[in-house]
Amino acid sequence: MAASVAEDAQGPGSGGPNHGLRIFLIWLPIAVAADLLLYFVYGPHMPPGKMSNTAASQQFDIKVMSVLAAPVMAFVLVFMAYSVIVWRHREGDEEDGPPIFGHARIQATWITVTAVIVLFLAGFGTYELAWPGFAGAGAGEGPAPIWKPDGTPLQVQVIAQQWRFTYRYPQFGGFETTALMLPVGEPIQFNVTSLDVIHSFWAYQLGVKADANPGVNNVAYTTAQQTGTVTVRCAELCGLWHGAMFNFGKVVSVAAFKAWADKTEVQLASVTKILPPYATTYDPTVVPQINKAMAKAGIGGANGYYYPPNDPVQP
Amino acid sequence: MSLPARVVTLLLAFLAVVAVALFVVIHYFLGGPPTVDYASGVTADTGATVHVVMQEDPQNTVSTHPDWVSYFIQNPRTHAWIHTTLFKVPAGSKIDMTIYGYDGCTPLRNPYFGRVTGTIGGVEYVNGKPVKVINSWSGCNVAHTFSIPGINLNIPMASPSLTANLCGTSPCTSGPHETVTFSFMSPKGPGEYFWQCRVPCGGGFLDGFGGPMQTIGFMTGNMEVVS
Repeated sequence: MAASVAEDAQGPGSGGPNHGLRIFLIWLPIAVAADLLLYFVYGPHMPPGKMSNTAASQQFDIKVMSVLAAPVMAFVLVFMAYSVIVWRHREGDEEDGPPIFGHARIQATWITVTAVIVLFLAGFGTYELAWPGFAGAGAGEGPAPIWKPDGTPLQVQVIAQQWRFTYRYPQFGGFETTALMLPVGEPIQFNVTSLDVIHSFWAYQLGVKADANPGVNNVAYTTAQQTGTVTVRCAELCGLWHGAMFNFGKVVSVAAFKAWADKTEVQLASVTKILPPYATTYDPTVVPQINKAMAKAGIGGANGYYYPPNDPVQP
Repeated sequence: MSLPARVVTLLLAFLAVVAVALFVVIHYFLGGPPTVDYASGVTADTGATVHVVMQEDPQNTVSTHPDWVSYFIQNPRTHAWIHTTLFKVPAGSKIDMTIYGYDGCTPLRNPYFGRVTGTIGGVEYVNGKPVKVINSWSGCNVAHTFSIPGINLNIPMASPSLTANLCGTSPCTSGPHETVTFSFMSPKGPGEYFWQCRVPCGGGFLDGFGGPMQTIGFMTGNMEVVS
């Protein structure tokens, strides 16, 4: 195609119309209009919104990607339409098409432009993984995150289990609850783990998504910028009721959050005291307390496991 | 190959495909456990009381998986125990539930779910005594849970003592058991609410999470709310 354009782009010297210039002049306003519409009209409504700094950063990334992709797509469509209209076979025309030769300038331009775009995207993507504020992009960074926010973030542990998320707040006595409540304007550190199979904690409006693996603490950061409701979904196929594994969290003012956390800590004190001590991960297959009683009765497994060493087994 | 032979071969292949399709439809879409209807004859959204009765057993000897733990639901009219975990209740009604716990103890994977939530008064009654939390890691006291996440209902099911000689034939009609009762309001609109057990009771499967834990008719099911 590029070679064909090259032939036709010779323009006045070849005696025919300058197809390359024509295509460019058709493409340019379409590409500019598409970019303006994408960035300024549709852009502010692109997912995941602007509820947090990480969500806003992701929305910006998607806008940039769209602005880069739209001209390329427009060029493909314009070229295809132009080819169908101008270079279509006409009745009675049995003549062969002109021979196609390489065109160094077109090829160099093509390679340079695509290389620049790809290299820019690699650099942009790498930079954006660290942004915003060099605190990660809302994705799980593993147990030893490279990028951290300044200050002391609010710790929220996300515990996934079939088929529900629970949340522990270690800075408030380590209480555990099924309600996700977050303060606006404060950095938040999610410590995401699982008690059984692999899940994924996806707080859509916050732009946070981190895999929940048993025995692993997957850390993700965000700072909510607006109050409102957050949809939390499991984003990893995790069994029979995976599709029903979701809940709704809330981002509230700092004062409202503090009041809720203080109140809940007191309300759940009787439950908190039966929980295992707060830790970044848990091994729930080991329950030493119950093992003694079960072993005494001659049932259950040795070493504090639910079942004997040969049971559980892989089915 | 002769023409008749080709026709016969084609016909046989076609019939084989039809047979497989029919098997899939019948086995997977029409072959599930029945739904026990607690809604018929009750007007929805009137606050009427419906009494749902279930039991959990250490086995299911009336199924093809006799060693799987299982729930059963009682038919409200015949009082027969049905091998199913699907039931239907009217919307906006008070659901009084009785669950007979015949199975032995296994600790909860997350002791947080030893907490009773979603019931009227925030309690369940174990043999008539009100309970708000059961610590399954402190002793042999929890067999399973009955949990409906969609309405934040969580009921830890008390278990018979560690040394009890558990019922060996399902559905159980005698043997050591705990009687757990509680009440909750069904949602006002129609909908489907899955329920599950949170104790990893799928013995023989990795970490106890396979088999009955993932199979409707055993330790998980559905509450259909109708208007």
